[in-house]
Amino acid sequence: MSAGKNLHPGINIGHVDPGAHRAAEPVIFGFWVFLMSDLVIFALLLATYAAMSVHGIAGGPTPAQVADLPSAAIETGLLLLSSFTMSLATVALKYRPGRAHLRRWLAVTAVLGLAFVGMEAWDFAKLAGQGAVPQRSGFLSAHFTLLGTHALHVSAGLVWMAVLAFQLGRTELEDLVRLRIMRLALFWHLLDVVWIAILTFVFLFGAVG
Amino acid sequence: MISGLSYWIFGRLEWSDLLIKSNAIATGASCMVVIVAIAIVALLTWTGRWGWLWREWLTSLDHKRIGIMYIVISFIMMARAIAEAMVMRTQQAMAAGGGTDLVGAEHFGQLFTTHGTVMIFFVAMPFLSGLINYLLPLQIGARDLSFPFMNAVGLALTWAGAVLIMVSLTVGDFSTGGWSAYPPFTELAFSPGEGVDYWIWSVTLTGIGTTLTGINFAVTIYKERCPGMHLMRMPLFCWTALCTAILIVFALPPLTVASSLLALDRYLDFHFFTNGSGGNMMNYANLFWLFGHPEVYILILPAFGVWSEVISTFSGKRLYGYRSLVLATMCIAVLSFTVWMHHFFTMGQSANVNAAFGFATMLIGIPTGVKVYDWILTMYRGRIRFSAPMLFAITFLFSFVVGGLSGILLSNAPTDFAMHNSLFLVAHFHNMLIPGTLFGFIAGYMYWFPKAFGFRLDERWGRIAWGLWTAGFFAAFAPLYSLGLMGAMRRTSQTYDPAYEPFLYVALVGAALLFAGFVALVVQLVVSTRHRDRLAVPIGDPWDGRALEWFTPSPPPEWNFARLPQVECIDAFAREKREGDPYAPQDGDYADIEMPRNTGLPTLIGMAGIACAFGLVWHIWWMAIVGFVAMWGFLVARSFESRTTRTIPAATVREANEAWLSRARMARAVPREIEFTAANTGRAEPLA
Ligand SMILES: [Cu+2]
Repeated sequence: MSAGKNLHPGINIGHVDPGAHRAAEPVIFGFWVFLMSDLVIFALLLATYAAMSVHGIAGGPTPAQVADLPSAAIETGLLLLSSFTMSLATVALKYRPGRAHLRRWLAVTAVLGLAFVGMEAWDFAKLAGQGAVPQRSGFLSAHFTLLGTHALHVSAGLVWMAVLAFQLGRTELEDLVRLRIMRLALFWHLLDVVWIAILTFVFLFGAVG
Repeated sequence: MISGLSYWIFGRLEWSDLLIKSNAIATGASCMVVIVAIAIVALLTWTGRWGWLWREWLTSLDHKRIGIMYIVISFIMMARAIAEAMVMRTQQAMAAGGGTDLVGAEHFGQLFTTHGTVMIFFVAMPFLSGLINYLLPLQIGARDLSFPFMNAVGLALTWAGAVLIMVSLTVGDFSTGGWSAYPPFTELAFSPGEGVDYWIWSVTLTGIGTTLTGINFAVTIYKERCPGMHLMRMPLFCWTALCTAILIVFALPPLTVASSLLALDRYLDFHFFTNGSGGNMMNYANLFWLFGHPEVYILILPAFGVWSEVISTFSGKRLYGYRSLVLATMCIAVLSFTVWMHHFFTMGQSANVNAAFGFATMLIGIPTGVKVYDWILTMYRGRIRFSAPMLFAITFLFSFVVGGLSGILLSNAPTDFAMHNSLFLVAHFHNMLIPGTLFGFIAGYMYWFPKAFGFRLDERWGRIAWGLWTAGFFAAFAPLYSLGLMGAMRRTSQTYDPAYEPFLYVALVGAALLFAGFVALVVQLVVSTRHRDRLAVPIGDPWDGRALEWFTPSPPPEWNFARLPQVECIDAFAREKREGDPYAPQDGDYADIEMPRNTGLPTLIGMAGIACAFGLVWHIWWMAIVGFVAMWGFLVARSFESRTTRTIPAATVREANEAWLSRARMARAVPREIEFTAANTGRAEPLA
C-alpha cells in the first residue's frame, strides 16, 4: 500500500502512516453505514410528518399556523454556521500541530449548537403556550417528534463534544480522538443536511400552505 | 390505587403481578421460569463456574464465542416458543368440538403474541446472527469482525430483550396484540396493561442490537477480506450475509421508529396511531411492514447461504451457477423493499396500488426459483451423501416450493381478500419460515458444529431429528391450508365448526412431533457430548469442506488464521486439496497478532438495558433513568480505554500452528464412505 496515496477522502490525518490509514478505514466507513441507517429514521419521520400534516390536523393548528419562519431562519443560520466551524475544527485537526485551534473551533461549534437547541426549546415552549402541544393532534405529534428527534441528535453531538474535549489532552488516546473528531464532524454535517430537509418540509411548505 | 410513595419506588408493580397467573398453565410456566433460573444460579454456584462464565464468555469479544452465545439464546427461546405452539394447538383442537377451554381467550392472545415475537426476534434472529458471527470472519479469511466491542454490545442488547420477555412470563402479562402489535388495539385505550410495553421495549432493545450487528457484518465484508478474496470469490454464505446485513441496516430503523412512536402514543398521549385526534393506524402498518417484509428475507437469506454450502459440500461439487445465485440474492434483497403493502391488501388502499404490490411480490418468485434450480443442478451428478444436514436440505427443497406457490396465490390481491385472516396465511408463512429458515439454521448448526466444538454431532440422532421435524412440519401445517380454505380464522382461541376438529387434531399431532424434534436435537447434543472423544475431529475438515473455514483446526484458535490466507479462486481450500497439499509446511515467518482484550462493559450495558426497559414497563421512573444513564455511561467509559488489544506473541502462534499442521499431515484422509465413523478425525478425502 503506497503511503502517499489518498486512501479515503478525509482520513489522511496529519502524518502519513499506512498503518493508521488501514486502522481508520473500517471505522470511518462503518460510521457512514451507521449514518445511512440513522438517515432512514429521519426519512421515515419526514414521511410520517408529510402524511400527518395533511390528514392529522384534527381541527387543531395547521402547519401554516405552527411554522415560525423568522425563528427557523435564525436556527438555520446557527446550524449552518456550526457546520462551518466544525469544518474549521477538522482542518485544524489536520494541519495545525497544536491543539489550541482545534479546541477553539470545537468550542465555537458547541456554543452554536447549544444556541440552536436553546432556540428550538424556546420555539417548543412558545407553541405549548399557545396550546399547540403534541397531544393536541396527530400533526402536532409528528411535528414535535420530528424536530425533537433532530434536537436530540444535536444534543447527543454536544455531549459527544464534551467527552472529546475531556479526552483531547490525553496522549494515550491521541489516535482514537482524531478518528472520533472525524466521525463527529460527519455526524454534525449530516444533521445539517437533515435540517435542510426539515426546513423545506416543515417550515417552507408550512409557510406556503 | 397505589399510594404515592409506593408508586415512586415500585411504579405500577404490585404483589399480585408476581408469579400467579390467570390459569394453571400460565402459572405453571411462570413458576417454571423461576425454578429454572434458580436452578441455573444454583448449578453455577455449586460447580464454582461463575468466574469461568465471566472470564471465558461474558467478557469475551471473540466473534466465535459471541456467535455460540447467540445460538444458545436461540435454542433456549425455541423451547419456549414451541411449547407455546403446542398449548395453542391443544386449545384449538379441544375447543373445536365444544370441549373445555384450556387457556382462555386472554391467555391465548398472549400465547400467539409471544410465540410470534419470540420466534422472529429471539429464535431466528439470534440464530442467524450467531451463524454469521461465527463463520463470516473464518470464511473471508479474517481474524475478527471489524468492531468486536460493538459486536458484544449487539449480543448484550439481544439477550437483554430476551430476558425481558422471559421476565414477562413471571411478572405481569405480555401483550395480546400479535407479534406485529397493531394499533389501535395496542393503544392505551384498548390495552391499558403492561403487556404492550413489554413488547415495545424487548423488541426495541433487540432491534437496536441487531442494527449494530448488521453494520458490523457489512463493514467486515467490505473491509476485512483476506488478500485475493474478491467479492465474487466469497462463499455464497458470505454473500447472503452481506445482503442480510444491508437489509438490516435499512430495515431495522423502521421497526425502531414504529415501536418508538407507539411508545410515544402510550406514554405521552401522542396521536400517531390513535383512533381520534388525527391519528392513523395506517402509518403504523406502513412503518411496521417496511421493516416486516424485508425482515423475512433477513431471516431467509442466511439460510439460503447455508443450503448453498451444505448442498455443494455433500454433493461433492462446486456450487452450480454461483453468479446467478449471487445475482438472485441481490435481486431478492432489493425486491424485498418493494412489497411491504401485500401485508395489508385488505386495509383500504386502491386497487391499482394493490395490483402494483401484488406484481412486485410475484416477481420475487423469479430469483427464488433460480436458486432452487441452482441447488438441484448442484446435486445433479454429484456424489450425494445423505447426512442429516443434507436430508434437511432435501425436505426444504420440496416444501419450500409448496410454500412459495401458496405465496404466489396470496400475492394476488383478490385471492388475498378471501384468505387473508384465515389459517391459510398461517400455513403459508410457517411453510416459508420453518423449512426455509429454521431447517436451514438447524442444518447449518449440524454442519458447522464440529468446526466450533471439535467433535461431530451424532449422526443417528441427527436423522431422527430430521424425521421428526419433517413429519411434524407436514402434519402441523398441511391441515392449516385446508382449514384456511374451509374458513377457519387465525388468532382465535375457539372455532365452532365441528368439521375443523379432525384437522386441528392432526395439526396438534404435528406440533407434538415438532416438539419431539426439538427434544431429539437436545438428545443429540447430550449424546454427542458424551461421546466426544469418539466423534472428535480436531484437524478440522470432516466433510471435505470447500471454503476457508475448514482450513483451520477445530475449534479454531482465537486468532483464526496463523497467517492470513491468500486466495486465488472460489472454493480456494477445495482447490488446494485437489492440486496440492494445504497442510504442507509453509515458509515465511509468523508475526505477533493483536487480539481484542476482554471487557465486561457490554454485559453491563445489557444489564443496564434490562433495568431501563423494566423501569419503563412498570413506570418505575428512577430505575428507567438510572438504567438509561448507565447504558450511555458504560459506553463513555469504554471511550476512555486506550489499551483495548493484547498481543499474542509470534512464538505462541507458531507453536500452535505447527503442531496442528504436523498432526494434519500425519493423519490419513478418510474416504467418504466412512466419514461418519470414528476413523474421521477431521481430514476427509477430497474427491479425485
Ligand atoms: Cu411480506
